[in-house]
Amino acid sequence: MRPLKLVPDNVNIDWMRWRHIATAITVAMVVVSITLLVMRGLNFGIDFVGGQNIRVTFSQQVDIDSLRMRVDSLGYGESTVQQFGSAREVAIRMPVPGDDPEATARAVAQVRAMVETNYPGAHIASVEAVSGKVSGELFQKGAMALGFAMLAVAIYIWFRFEWQFGVGALLALAQDMIVTLGFFAATQLEFNLNTVAALLTIIGYSLNDKIVIFDRVRENLRKYRKMEIIPLLNLSINETLARTVMTSLTLITALAALVILGPDVIFGFSLAMLLGIAIGTWSSMFVGNGILIQFKVGPGSFKSEEEKAAEAKEQAKATGQVSFKDMP
Amino acid sequence: MLDFPKWKIWSVWLTILVFTLCAVPSFMPQSVRANWPGWVPQPTVNLGLDLAGGSYILLEADMFDFSRVRLAAKRDEIETEFRRQDPRIDIGDISLRDNRITFMVRDASQVDAARERLLTLAGSGVGMTGQREWTIEVRDSTRFIVTPTQAGIAQAIDQAMNDAREVVDRRINALGTLEPTIVRQGADRIVVQVPGLQDPEALKALLGKTARLEFKLVDITANPADIARGVAPIGSEIMPYPDAPPGIPYIAYPTQEGHQPQIALKRQTIVSGDQLINAQQEYNQNQEVVVGFTFDAQGGRRFAQTTQQNTGKPFAIIVDGSVISAPNINEPILGGRGQISGGFTVESANQLAIALRSGKMPVQLNVVEESTISPELGAESIEKGIIAGIVGTAAIVVLMLLAYFRFGIYANIALVVNVIMIIGIMALFNATLTLPGIAGFVLTIGAAVDANVLINERIREELHRGRANNAAIEFGYKEASRAIFDANVTNVIAAFIMFIFGAGPVRGFAVVLTIGIVTSVFTAVTFTRLMVSNWLKTRPKELVI
Repeated sequence: MRPLKLVPDNVNIDWMRWRHIATAITVAMVVVSITLLVMRGLNFGIDFVGGQNIRVTFSQQVDIDSLRMRVDSLGYGESTVQQFGSAREVAIRMPVPGDDPEATARAVAQVRAMVETNYPGAHIASVEAVSGKVSGELFQKGAMALGFAMLAVAIYIWFRFEWQFGVGALLALAQDMIVTLGFFAATQLEFNLNTVAALLTIIGYSLNDKIVIFDRVRENLRKYRKMEIIPLLNLSINETLARTVMTSLTLITALAALVILGPDVIFGFSLAMLLGIAIGTWSSMFVGNGILIQFKVGPGSFKSEEEKAAEAKEQAKATGQVSFKDMP
Repeated sequence: MLDFPKWKIWSVWLTILVFTLCAVPSFMPQSVRANWPGWVPQPTVNLGLDLAGGSYILLEADMFDFSRVRLAAKRDEIETEFRRQDPRIDIGDISLRDNRITFMVRDASQVDAARERLLTLAGSGVGMTGQREWTIEVRDSTRFIVTPTQAGIAQAIDQAMNDAREVVDRRINALGTLEPTIVRQGADRIVVQVPGLQDPEALKALLGKTARLEFKLVDITANPADIARGVAPIGSEIMPYPDAPPGIPYIAYPTQEGHQPQIALKRQTIVSGDQLINAQQEYNQNQEVVVGFTFDAQGGRRFAQTTQQNTGKPFAIIVDGSVISAPNINEPILGGRGQISGGFTVESANQLAIALRSGKMPVQLNVVEESTISPELGAESIEKGIIAGIVGTAAIVVLMLLAYFRFGIYANIALVVNVIMIIGIMALFNATLTLPGIAGFVLTIGAAVDANVLINERIREELHRGRANNAAIEFGYKEASRAIFDANVTNVIAAFIMFIFGAGPVRGFAVVLTIGIVTSVFTAVTFTRLMVSNWLKTRPKELVI
């Protein structure tokens, strides 16, 4: 019996031949995502905009329209009443009522009382209420965490590799982020603090991916001095292809289990991660590497210490200076 | 590189053993753990409220109210000081406006003495700068302006929040709820988490009360028409009396709907809630629900004295700036015990009693964030989560096994050990596992799988290039380690930044991620290498990977 080999040895695919098409696709994805974000916006959860979200489990199927009318008659403005999961489960969401911090809590109490009097046997499954001030802070902190994390990681890559790699990783991560956000804008899945954790997970996976390929590029740049950058990138991608396929397949399988079988509170979350793996792989191959071509990474980018020393010596000789070490 | 010295082998196994032991209590049901002898340490992972069900409440101090009350207290302090002390200093035109106290000293020759006396009230230096709590300024030679300083406010709110935390603690414990977590957050917030609590309304009502209890005499000389216009006699103030019984001559009844009845009260407080030693819900002779209370010795004496001097006149019981009732003093109350009546239900009387007993909240707290998850929903999340987790893990295990055979088995063992170690370490820190924490878990498992895939693919590659088995394995580990190292360091950096800048769930994610990265490198690289090197000692003829 032979072990499962998803990618044959000596695979030789000319990935970079498609780089122009790939760039076009990437730009298209980013443009569509930004358009969606501008046109439709994100369906922010109450963590970020304030308000209240109440999940009710009724004893039998409930008439959504009459429930919505009852909620609206409480006078807190436009409410969203939605069914989810089974027909007996309903989510009621109301906007944040003014600046008074107590008002949010009061609104929750009123909805609770309304449900309990009008629908005997109904059961409040969960309540969340966030005041406008807190939600603003949470949004700011979430956005800062995302932004700074990406930047810090790019700086690390710049130090460990070369600046081109840092820029490549940053742009690739930005692409991951924008397309994932675009996905949330398109599907109108709720975007809340838990989603931010999902985005961070995507950044994490995507980084692993980029570093594996960059590491191989660095290695090959040192190994094959004379090779042109495009064949070298192809070689690096092909050499790591078996790993890419195996890891992605494993994680996609595991995440698919979470999407299909997991609790509905993490549905959006797992779906985002599933998508993130695909986008992350794409961006490592084409965005990150595309940047390397653009900024002309070459064999000269990585020199061993001896070479650098030798070069310095050459230069010193040429200018007539002699270091103390060279003295007899 | 594949040869492990003896001490290294032992320390790897010892590390795994220690953390596995730490993880054990978390897998045991509560009933089993309860029977363990007391000396057995039982670190456990707490389940977050989003998974276990319960209530989370974020309370924020009302800073506006806080500075207003603080300013008023300082004004009273100044008035008392100037009037009581010898020589008496006459002041007038005292007012609170624009967050400062202003008043005039009537006799210009007393300005210096007044300043001296004020300095003793301005507090000693606070904070790093040694700044005073209040600044004193004299304008137009006799007008004093007292302004609170930023440092003074910051220190006062800090003190108040510490006290408030304790009051919250006492009030929640009085409800008999199990294992609440009450933590201060930032300068002006308190987080309350109560596992298992499903209806937080009573809790919120209780925590929202400052329970500032005061007893004051009613100013019966005041004319209801004046009170209605908002004019009180000198030395008195007007207060709302929502449940005023109709027909009493010294109360102003509203002419428009929506306005509350008003009553004029003497400014001076006879006794305040600070002098209470007990309060509970009870019934009076007419079987009405009342709150009974007992004063301490000093409070009892003053209450007795005042009621003796004012028999036949009404006094008011005020809670949080609103009059609860204004009964007549039928006879002197000498025993230091009294009752508050005023249309209570058993529940509301009980709440007031708890609030009075647990002491005055030094600052008004507002609920700014709330989340309650019913235990059923939490249990459903856990159940589905576990099923999905098992299926997902099984898929990973099967794929790794099919792809790498023996090396796949090693990777799978390492994966299981990794999960157990993360749980063990989290238990050791008493960390809380929440939904985003599970995302962190998924990411580290992904990273661990990726590390083993990287190593194993690299070994294949080296074999393909014609290296001998041992050399291929050695190179595989060495070459792959570089990428694994970089990938994990970047993730640690990201986790660190998230911990600093993130809020709530993002932080929980960062903690699990950081723990997971360390354990996944340990298990996926070091531990598998140990197993591989052990196998190589048997001098295997063939390497199938």
